[in-house]
Amino acid sequence: MILSVKDLRIWFGEPGAELTAVEDLSFEVAEGEIFAVIGESGSGKTLTGMSILGLTPAAARAAGSIRFMGREVLNRPEAELRRLRGREIGIVYQDPLGSMNPVWPVGDQIAEALRAHGLADRPTAARRAVELLERVHIPDPHRVARAYPHEISGGMRQRAMIAMALACGPKLLIADEPTTALDVTIKAQVLELLAELRREMALTVIIITHDMGVVAELADRILVMYAGKAAEIGAADVIMRRPAHPYTQALMLSAMMSETAPKQVLRAIEGTAPMLHAYPPGCRFHPRCPFAEADCRQEVPTLRPYGEVALACHHPLAPAVPGEPQPAGTG
Amino acid sequence: MEALLTLDGVTKSFTQRQGTRRQIQAVAGVSLAVGRRETLGLVGESGCGKSSLARLALRLTDVTSGRVLFDGADITAWDGRRLLPVRRRLQAVFQDPTASLNPRMTIAEVMAEPFATHGIALREKLAPRIRELLSFVGLEGIDLAKRPAQFSGGQLQRIAIARALALEPELIVADEPTSALDPSIQAQIVNLLLRVQRERGLSYLIISHDLEVVGHVSDRIAVMYLGVIVETGPASGIMGEPLHPYTQALLSAAPTLAARRDPAWRRITLTGDLPNPAEAPSGCRFHPRCPLARARCREEAPALRQVDGGQAVACHFAPVETRARGIDIGRARIGMPRPSETSSNGGS
Repeated sequence: MILSVKDLRIWFGEPGAELTAVEDLSFEVAEGEIFAVIGESGSGKTLTGMSILGLTPAAARAAGSIRFMGREVLNRPEAELRRLRGREIGIVYQDPLGSMNPVWPVGDQIAEALRAHGLADRPTAARRAVELLERVHIPDPHRVARAYPHEISGGMRQRAMIAMALACGPKLLIADEPTTALDVTIKAQVLELLAELRREMALTVIIITHDMGVVAELADRILVMYAGKAAEIGAADVIMRRPAHPYTQALMLSAMMSETAPKQVLRAIEGTAPMLHAYPPGCRFHPRCPFAEADCRQEVPTLRPYGEVALACHHPLAPAVPGEPQPAGTG
Repeated sequence: MEALLTLDGVTKSFTQRQGTRRQIQAVAGVSLAVGRRETLGLVGESGCGKSSLARLALRLTDVTSGRVLFDGADITAWDGRRLLPVRRRLQAVFQDPTASLNPRMTIAEVMAEPFATHGIALREKLAPRIRELLSFVGLEGIDLAKRPAQFSGGQLQRIAIARALALEPELIVADEPTSALDPSIQAQIVNLLLRVQRERGLSYLIISHDLEVVGHVSDRIAVMYLGVIVETGPASGIMGEPLHPYTQALLSAAPTLAARRDPAWRRITLTGDLPNPAEAPSGCRFHPRCPLARARCREEAPALRQVDGGQAVACHFAPVETRARGIDIGRARIGMPRPSETSSNGGS
């Protein structure tokens, strides 16, 4: 396992008045896989991703363990984390314009990543920057290397951001909503690029998103998060064929609108995800869950093996073993 | 079908402020009609002019040329006072309710505003009417003294829809009504829009980049690229058998979940970026990114031609050269095997 997260807890505020944003989170990422963390606003998915890099907001506290290639990285000194970031773990954000330096040419920013980690001298780094831009299929990489971020298109910037993240040959790439701000046809190009990079560079990728389409296309395994906790973890092929958690199913249904008969009512879940300060007792999803029963309102479901996945739900949708009679609520 | 809203050859040009003072045609001669009780979905990417078109349809900006007709009346040149009765029948819902609802107002004030604007004095009936509208959109019992910041995005979009319904409009123009929302909330708002139409019998012009949403809610779809309509027709035709190479690429870019998991599925990837509206290519505006482009496309702009089944397409080579691929894409999009392997232009 290249990454193993155990009992991760992230919270804000003083003792006694703590707001817990991520709780009881454990998962592992295998080398070479694309691991998707899917969830909606406030699910804790981005906090989880950022905690791997020690980039959580200053007010956040974290406990538990995050081991990257066997080394503990949670709560390590900044100097140590800085060597990790960029060098061994690359990061791609949703908004490259906000995360690139606006007054520096794109090529110089990529070269700087190499020089900061002492991997190349100035001329080599500059040459390498152009090669990297070429690697992510930017046409005319020499021109783009000299351009400022605002002078190139959004799709081109996202490619340049990926080039920058790859500059030092990281083992792991963390991509936080890498395609969310992009147009449909440009998003398709970036998805194809990520798939190609994984195929050809044996890269491990953690992709954080709310977009089930992105997950369906790229993911080998999926972690579904809801209100700061894991709802379901497992192989994408299993989960996407037969989601066991009602929330996973709801996310899938909202990405399958065009497969419902035109203009017919969608099987939407009601309500809104709870705010940090108002998590309901029992299963945090129960107020929105169409299958909730009395135990869901009282008992917190723990994540435990269920068939081929790990699941936190008292009344799963799919049978644990294929061939078993379907439980209630799947029709 | 009697059209409620008609855009007849509308054009909107802007003059670039800096440098060359070039003319930019954000909307370049678009004709569309929305019938009664009908939903027309307008789909396109950034810079295609779809939001400019929404503003023209709502008469929030003046056309450079062409005509806007509402219920048979030419309202192109109507101004504020004369337009007021039309505004009552023609309402809008925008993408971001946190921006479209005044943050300083209470929800009671937000909801009362349309009545005040149109000089409708409901007096003691106002409060129950507001309650009724909010219940209709699923917000019974909310605190009317609260302000927008105290509600979630989904709740605010419901409030925006309730407000748009206040004056019982005949048409709602909704510009990206679900795009700022979380997926599970998007489905709720789609359901609400469908229910509103079923129960109130109104028409929609729904503008979005999201094919899932447009494909589900629309009776007819128009596809816009760089200021022009490249294809239009019944939703089933556009989603099932797209004939314009751009529509095909859009559908191929965002297929269904099943297709995405299918190892045999291949996408048609358009090369290049979205072009800048200030530098619209000559001839067919799509030609620099089109896999079928040849000399004629660089010189001659294709007209939107009726093909069949009410579908119209603006491509010199459609449907003859595009139909087989359109059928493939329609099938591949929903994860069905392809009858033929004609997508040799796929990949990049």
